[in-house]
Amino acid sequence: MCLGIPGQIVELLDGDEQLARVEVTGVRRTINVGLFDDGEIGVGDWVLIHVGFAMSKIDEEEAAMALSSLRMMGQGYDEEIEALLASRVEVREQASASEPESTAPLRSVG
Amino acid sequence: MKFVDEYRDPAAARSLVSRITDLAGDDTFKFMEVCGGHTHTIYRHGIEHVLPRTVELVHGPGCPVCVIPMGRVDDAIAVAETPGVIFTSFGDMMRVPGGNGNLLEAKARGADVRFVYSPLDALRIAVEHPDREVVFFAVGFETTAPSTAVTLCKARDDDVRNFSVFSNHVTIVPPIKAILESPDLRLDGFLGPGHVSTVIGNHPYRFVPQQYGKPLVTAGFEPLDILQAIVMLLTQIREGRCEIENQYTRIVRDEGNPRALQILAEVFELRPHFEWRGLGFISQSALKLRPEFAPWDAELRYAVPGVRVADPKACQCGEVLKGVIKPWECKVFGTACTPETPIGTCMVSSEGACAAYYNFGRLHREAAVSLGRASA
Repeated sequence: MCLGIPGQIVELLDGDEQLARVEVTGVRRTINVGLFDDGEIGVGDWVLIHVGFAMSKIDEEEAAMALSSLRMMGQGYDEEIEALLASRVEVREQASASEPESTAPLRSVG
Repeated sequence: MKFVDEYRDPAAARSLVSRITDLAGDDTFKFMEVCGGHTHTIYRHGIEHVLPRTVELVHGPGCPVCVIPMGRVDDAIAVAETPGVIFTSFGDMMRVPGGNGNLLEAKARGADVRFVYSPLDALRIAVEHPDREVVFFAVGFETTAPSTAVTLCKARDDDVRNFSVFSNHVTIVPPIKAILESPDLRLDGFLGPGHVSTVIGNHPYRFVPQQYGKPLVTAGFEPLDILQAIVMLLTQIREGRCEIENQYTRIVRDEGNPRALQILAEVFELRPHFEWRGLGFISQSALKLRPEFAPWDAELRYAVPGVRVADPKACQCGEVLKGVIKPWECKVFGTACTPETPIGTCMVSSEGACAAYYNFGRLHREAAVSLGRASA
């Protein structure tokens, strides 16, 4: 539960929900970035994602290590990624500002 | 991925282990890793078997699922079985046993219990089901509590009235203090938690060196992070220093995350006391919703039994969580209690010492025993 999944911010979404699009293992998801002040996080930054929120800002090296550690967990990793991908943190329906959800198979990265 | 390999480089590990061996000399040291994530790394990579016999790692209480007492699980089930309720929980909590079974069993009996990844998923379910009451079972240390806080602010701002939170958030400092006060255990220092510290920073641990005279080094989750943190602890001791140090500077800042701390303070306040599995009641160790958030407080909205339930006699999670015994020293470990049929919480969560040891550590240990405890 305390796992952090690394993702790279690809778009900050407009609106008051403090949402951003991130790329996680090749799949794009929406996460909440409300635990950071405006301007603290930008496109291209890496973050650790915890329960749908950007928990900490990391560098690319840390992201690669976190991902590698997660993959070593095997089933635990699959479950965590699956849970993240099944999650929808947009509480109200959003007009999608970017391209439609990727339909990449979940396990292609494991 | 060259840089990843650098943190798992066997030559670098050997060099750190040899420094640890030299620094320890003939003395013996016992360090507690507070965080369940560290416990996982230690067992996953067999770190305790590359350390010299003079340095022992003791597992601490930093597994949020493990420390929830039986009575709170029963409370959760009582809320879940209230007609009209959709009860949402992190997957880890589903199999945690209470006195009346677990949430999965409640679901099998007909309760609408749903697994969610994020508290925001629970809020979304509430928005989508205005005719139902949605309750979120909030667990976790300061790593997770800010996410619940943001979700509650959102429920307030959007006036979502069919949503509430059953808060079981706990804080990391009081159990460290309780362990330092415990006569059962003599510790020489701490590996401080990584992710919790990204939120609270390093300052809240100052009492550890100042009042108890023990060093604390906040550590990352890679095997070399753990070894390097042990080197830093031993170096402090050998140089006659006793302070807070940060090995995990890649992520942890001394001041933590001010925005997360601010929102925590806005939404939560300390409970006078809270029961921890194995550690008993610890004062000011858990978070409840502030009065302004009363409409979203499940403990005020539902008849929560609030009955204290003693742990099963056979289960020794309490001693494991305090670091008094190792998982394999528990009488039911690996026999009556396994990850498939857990009796205690430490066997449920992947961060629990028993589950981590069951899945990884015992293989390293058996190998080490059969090789006459070969070094790295």
